Amino acid sequence: MTDTPTETVDVKGEACPMPVVKTKQSIDDLDAGEVLEVLATDSGSVSDIDGWAAGTPGVTLVDQTETEDDGETVYVHRVRVE
Amino acid sequence: MSTTSSEASERIAQLEARIEELEADEGTEGERSMVIVATQGTLDMAYPPLILASTAAAFDWDVTVFHTFWGLDILHEDHSSDLQLSAVGNPSMPMPNAVAALPGMDRLATAMMERKIADNDVATVEELLDTSLEMGVELQACQMTIDLMGHDEERFHDGVTVGVGAATALSRMADADVQLLV
Repeated sequence: MTDTPTETVDVKGEACPMPVVKTKQSIDDLDAGEVLEVLATDSGSVSDIDGWAAGTPGVTLVDQTETEDDGETVYVHRVRVE
Repeated sequence: MSTTSSEASERIAQLEARIEELEADEGTEGERSMVIVATQGTLDMAYPPLILASTAAAFDWDVTVFHTFWGLDILHEDHSSDLQLSAVGNPSMPMPNAVAALPGMDRLATAMMERKIADNDVATVEELLDTSLEMGVELQACQMTIDLMGHDEERFHDGVTVGVGAATALSRMADADVQLLV
């Protein structure tokens, strides 16, 4: 099973609850085994997407990392559909 | 009266079937549900129900928000984009109540809040409303208060359920995992 994302959803600049809401909307378009990458600038998205994945059947959080974009921290979440 | 062994084993078989039935039910009970009763129509009080509702929908929960009294304004086409913040009685306002009560202060407080919302990239009430409906949240408008407040039920946003009352809300709340009054 690969962790390479099939789709990327960009929610940079969006605040709660949109990162979780758009993650959910995007993941509904994916097939089992596929991975969604979520790019967010909301620091709350780290805890929120973790909690969402833990509480939602059929999705698994692959990992959460941070990267820099133009001096701004971007939180990269990878979620797999089971 | 004595119980024969065939009666006893029949009874055991019945109980086993019942346990299986209950366990099967539990399996389908995976979907959680939430009912929020939204009674307030100020800009600040419109956010918590909409944020919780759309987030719960993202968890695949079955979500109902029952709007009553001033909460109806959140669903109303003429009011949802023009909700106000009260400057009076808000201890977080940087002014005494005597000043907050002056004409125009609610408008000023509302404009300041709207600017903060835009500056922080927070979704507007209408965006959250559309998102909630799109995600299958059932937004209900209480019929008694629609009539009481003199609202035209044709003026509620598309997708809003009208013609419901307290019994509808209660029956859903009785079965819900989470019930909130905002």
